[in-house]
Amino acid sequence: MTSYLIRGARILGGEPADLLIRDGRIAEPGGAADETIDGTGLVALPGLVDLHTHLREPGREDAETVETGSRAAALGGYTAVCAMANTSPVADTAGVVEQVWRLGREAGLVDVQPIGAVTVGLAGERLAELGAMATSAATVRIFSDDGQCVADPRLMRRALEYVKAFDGVIAQHAEEPRLTEGAQMHEGEVSTRLGLTGWPAVAEEAIIARDVLLAEHVGSRLHVCHVSTAGSVEVLRHAKARGVRVTAEVTPHHLLLTDELAASYDPVYKVNPPLRTAADVQALREALVEGVIDIVATDHAPHAVEDKECEWAYARPGMLGLETALPIVLSVLGERWELIADRMSRTPARIAGLDGHGGSLAVGDPANVTLVDPAARRQVDAAELASRSRNTPYAGMTLPGRIVATFLRGEATVLDGKAVK
Amino acid sequence: MIRHLLSAADLDAETATLILDTAAEMAALAGREVKKLPTLRGRTVVNLFYEDSTRTRISFEAAAKRLSADVINFSAKGSSVSKGESLKDTALTLQAMGADAVVIRHPASGAPHRLSSWVDGSVVNAGDGTHEHPTQALLDAYTMRARLGRLDGLNVAIVGDVLHSRVARSNVLLLSTLGANVTLVGPPTLIPVDIAAALSKTTRVSYDLDSVLPDADVVMMLRVQTERMQDSYFPSAREYARRYGLDVPRMRKLPEHAIVMHPGPMNRGMEIAPEVADSPRSTIVEQVANGVSARMAVLYLLLGGKA
Repeated sequence: MTSYLIRGARILGGEPADLLIRDGRIAEPGGAADETIDGTGLVALPGLVDLHTHLREPGREDAETVETGSRAAALGGYTAVCAMANTSPVADTAGVVEQVWRLGREAGLVDVQPIGAVTVGLAGERLAELGAMATSAATVRIFSDDGQCVADPRLMRRALEYVKAFDGVIAQHAEEPRLTEGAQMHEGEVSTRLGLTGWPAVAEEAIIARDVLLAEHVGSRLHVCHVSTAGSVEVLRHAKARGVRVTAEVTPHHLLLTDELAASYDPVYKVNPPLRTAADVQALREALVEGVIDIVATDHAPHAVEDKECEWAYARPGMLGLETALPIVLSVLGERWELIADRMSRTPARIAGLDGHGGSLAVGDPANVTLVDPAARRQVDAAELASRSRNTPYAGMTLPGRIVATFLRGEATVLDGKAVK
Repeated sequence: MIRHLLSAADLDAETATLILDTAAEMAALAGREVKKLPTLRGRTVVNLFYEDSTRTRISFEAAAKRLSADVINFSAKGSSVSKGESLKDTALTLQAMGADAVVIRHPASGAPHRLSSWVDGSVVNAGDGTHEHPTQALLDAYTMRARLGRLDGLNVAIVGDVLHSRVARSNVLLLSTLGANVTLVGPPTLIPVDIAAALSKTTRVSYDLDSVLPDADVVMMLRVQTERMQDSYFPSAREYARRYGLDVPRMRKLPEHAIVMHPGPMNRGMEIAPEVADSPRSTIVEQVANGVSARMAVLYLLLGGKA
């Protein structure tokens, strides 16, 4: 195994120091290495962990595969991603989660941790075999019907209770379906002007409020996917103050973009939950800093061209995220490296139970490392992305930060900003 | 002159007034024996209709033909669209055929915006989803000006299902630009959120039709689909008619000179009583005639005619 000596990088933004990667682990600096990387001006972070990725395989390999999505993740500085269950067939059995897990191992670019569906076929009617997925080779711990809300309160209660047996967590897509029938974008001034059916903030907030009370009642862990409104932040703040075991994520796009972008009717800006107002963006940023929102997760959602190059109402919701997440968080939070490491690596690894990820780059830790050049600025070019899809809302934007190298257990997956394989 | 007419917000007061003045000249033609102008000879206008709309399609067709344009009618039913062709592919086909203008009616809000990014010719929005219908607003403004002599300072009440109405959105925008005072009236469930902030700061909202009528110069009744009842926007057609329908006793509350408008097609007995629709105050038939003149003016100006 090739050993790497990274000279003079700022570990977690600290003073420049040498970082030695040998035999898959962080080693005591000293002695020679096979390769030396000049780390001057670079920042070393624990490899990023994404709790919310759509890899589309099996079923929509024209939009993304485990391999292409893994490559996009590595280029974005990730060493682990959690693959959402809304594939075709749905990842609601041990067989499908093991298939995704195996494809991830074969690609070998990031650890692909499958998420299992909560309900059979994401239909929201009866529990999938959660225990079988938990004890499969994929050792599933996060369960989610993402894309669909587990709307039935009794079913949600049962799911929260059931996964306690194997320390599982339910990741809820909070969207009261009756309040969002036909919804196309955030309900507000802009939806009124554009004549697009509104997706009211209360549809998210009402489900989060219900679920934190359910989680408290049965003493279970709840994770809230892609929090998008200021009101949701208030509900979470209240729940955390009461000691409810709830964690929450926010996407890079909800930290940066607003519903005004829908005025172009270009479905590259269509996403679920929808882009909200500038006031929501501000509240989400503050909540992320404060810790009311625990992590950043991408909700990387590749879509084929024909599913986006059409009328807004007919387009599929979702946007790419893996390759641009860190630059966006950097532009939003600034160079607060401890905070970034916590929100994008340490805490997501803890929620997902991913051993070996989210460390502190201490000697002896598995060498899951990301090297970032914060001074570099890069214009996003959709054609250059490693994802098989092109639906990035950031095309043409110039963002700070370039991922220079990524190491997965000591193996370089990205060097000099390029994927190794 | 602007290149496309996608929204009534594309029109400033000067441009809107130019269109209305041009429409008046076009209307003068209708009285002649030969109703045709050679202006758009050799130009091609495509009517691209993804929704059935006899009224609007025929109006645009008559307008283009009176300007001597070649007209191609393309309806989604029984065409390549029903075989699954995308809007973009249809756009590229029309582009290859050399369409100078595409008039589009589509059930999805924003479809004309998307189309305008794929074709070189002018795009005219003939109604998109629950978004806008700018030529309807132009013909309505034309009708008000013809009947009442002005738009500036007029009190216009637009009554009914504003939430789902493209006619209402375009009218609020255009009338506000031209100085009229618009009040939207309907049950709270059918008034969209933040409407004043969304469209025009001067827009007012009322849930009480009776209180608005004595000061109204114009009452525009919107079509209310009875299906809205199933979605609990209101309890029943009967209750809707009682609270928001324009019947004879309500019509008597209007000032002497006030007019009653409706974009059609009407639900007689629901939002408007037959006696009101057929009264001398009603402009419903004039609106249809004025539609041709207004659309002639739009095509003429968009395709480079000089007023």
